[in-house]
Amino acid sequence: MRSLRTYAPLLALPAVAVGLHGVLAAEGDIARMTQLIMSAYYALVVIGLCLLMGYAGQASLGHAGFFALGGYVSAAMTTCNLLPWRQTTAVRLCEIAGLLIERKDPFGMPLLSFSPWAAFATAMLVCGAVAFVIGVPVIRLRGHYLAMATLGFGLIVYRIVLAAAVFGQADGISNVPPFELLPGLRIGGSRAWRVENYYIAWGAVMAAMLLAINLINSRVGLALRSIHESEEAAHSLGVDTYRYKLAVFVFSALLAGAGGVLLTHYNGSISPSEASVMKSVRYVAIVAAGGMANLWGALGMGMVLNYLSLRGQFGRYDEAVFGLILIAMMLFAPQGLLRPVDWSVVRRLLAGRARNG
Amino acid sequence: MAEVLLETRGLNRFFGGLHAVRDVTFGLSRGMIKGIIGPNGAGKTTLFNLIAGALAPHGGEIIYRGRRITGWQPHAVAALGIARTFQTTRLFAHMTVLENVMVARHARTRCGFLAGMLGLPRVWRELNESRNRAMAILERMGLADCAGEAAGNLSFGRARLVELARAMATEPELLLLDEPAAGLNIRETEDLGELIRRTRDSGITCLVVEHDMSLVMNICDEVVVLDQGRIIAEGPPREIQRNPEVIRVYLGDEDHAENPQS
Repeated sequence: MRSLRTYAPLLALPAVAVGLHGVLAAEGDIARMTQLIMSAYYALVVIGLCLLMGYAGQASLGHAGFFALGGYVSAAMTTCNLLPWRQTTAVRLCEIAGLLIERKDPFGMPLLSFSPWAAFATAMLVCGAVAFVIGVPVIRLRGHYLAMATLGFGLIVYRIVLAAAVFGQADGISNVPPFELLPGLRIGGSRAWRVENYYIAWGAVMAAMLLAINLINSRVGLALRSIHESEEAAHSLGVDTYRYKLAVFVFSALLAGAGGVLLTHYNGSISPSEASVMKSVRYVAIVAAGGMANLWGALGMGMVLNYLSLRGQFGRYDEAVFGLILIAMMLFAPQGLLRPVDWSVVRRLLAGRARNG
Repeated sequence: MAEVLLETRGLNRFFGGLHAVRDVTFGLSRGMIKGIIGPNGAGKTTLFNLIAGALAPHGGEIIYRGRRITGWQPHAVAALGIARTFQTTRLFAHMTVLENVMVARHARTRCGFLAGMLGLPRVWRELNESRNRAMAILERMGLADCAGEAAGNLSFGRARLVELARAMATEPELLLLDEPAAGLNIRETEDLGELIRRTRDSGITCLVVEHDMSLVMNICDEVVVLDQGRIIAEGPPREIQRNPEVIRVYLGDEDHAENPQS
């Protein structure tokens, strides 16, 4: 069913991006693009989590951990100074391989560190490897046991970034250089690059959505959904349930890590709050609000809720709002958190209230 | 003598202190319908789960077409050509009937995670082929009209048929049916018997756990009787009906010997 209906929304995304650009330009408030760019990078986590949780039915409360892991690895590698070790074989090999860049830090001191591309690749490798190593034992667990185990992983990452000197402890890492994707095209927070960055961020979202939509509309997508419905039946029909669960877990971790890397370079910094469990809960709440097995719902909610949150619309109750969303989902999705929202229940509740009132 | 398709040798399985399957040794020739009967808790479903790979045996061997498949995972067993249905239907309730059957094409298709993500042309070709094959099976079983319906909305009888269609879509050589007639009315049960016979005639060997004695006696070429995890009798239905040991443990008392349905 390679149909227009499958891909039409994807073609509409550039129109949405241009439209929003137009609205912001008309209001003379291009600065607000920053929150949209950040929301787009957070949306990468949500897209991966939607595949894992909404489609394959495997809940994770640790995806902020992967986001932070990606961001921190990239930040640490692009801000470290290898000059004192320049004569060592390892550093020289890296230099010959073109993995290193010489630049000046904000105080004008010379700095030799890894290029953002090398850091990005390493961050992806680390995220993939960590997800694999954790996934192998943990993905056998079902339902809330898996959620608990991934929650444990998130806590560990949070404690590590708070404690480790290389990750800047409570301050995090700042002065992360821009990520030069192509000559002249950089991911970075400078005002002059804002519009380019806006479209780079949308491009990343579209790429992730394309991969996710392709996957869902393939034989693997059918298999993932069947695992969600009845793992036992899927297994008996020839679906290697364990392998698919592991694969989608690793892929979602890679997407989260990529979001972390890109946002860190855009912001020029990363702080431990990115690894906090509250962030993981937020991602889960967004996927739930989007209707679970609904990529477009997840993306829409990811953009809107993160944008409102970053604009400070929820004020001091920021985290509470996401808690509230979770509660609402529990109430209105009676088959459990991992099912699409049952609107008939909402209608019945509202109708009942109208009658009683 | 027909080829022995499946064989178990001294199969054992415990659940804590319960010896659910004890030293079960039996063979299944290609092209027959074999029934497994026995009182509740006799270990019939456990035996099925052992053969299908859903449970690992604590002793003994399972041999399929001369190959030792003891301890194989269910998906590998399915790929080998053994399909099963469940005692309580396990359809993918939120997927359509067609999608349910398409999932069963999994072992016969190849496209992996990466190819799927990249949306390669062969992914779509393969999926289209799966859809066509699934649709053909639904048509053959008279289920084409509900292909687009969510499987969770089907009537009980239809759900059973869809589960059977799903098992057939894996292109099995051996079909394990766990109480296929449970919950069906008399007419549906007769139709089911006919369907199982036709399935056998098309070359698929069937192993059927069933409580409905008239169905078992009607369609089975051979019957195995389990009691407390042990085989107590094996043979053609006529002999089994007259076997005093079977009558004792299975029917409770001799008064019912002439009327085994009750």
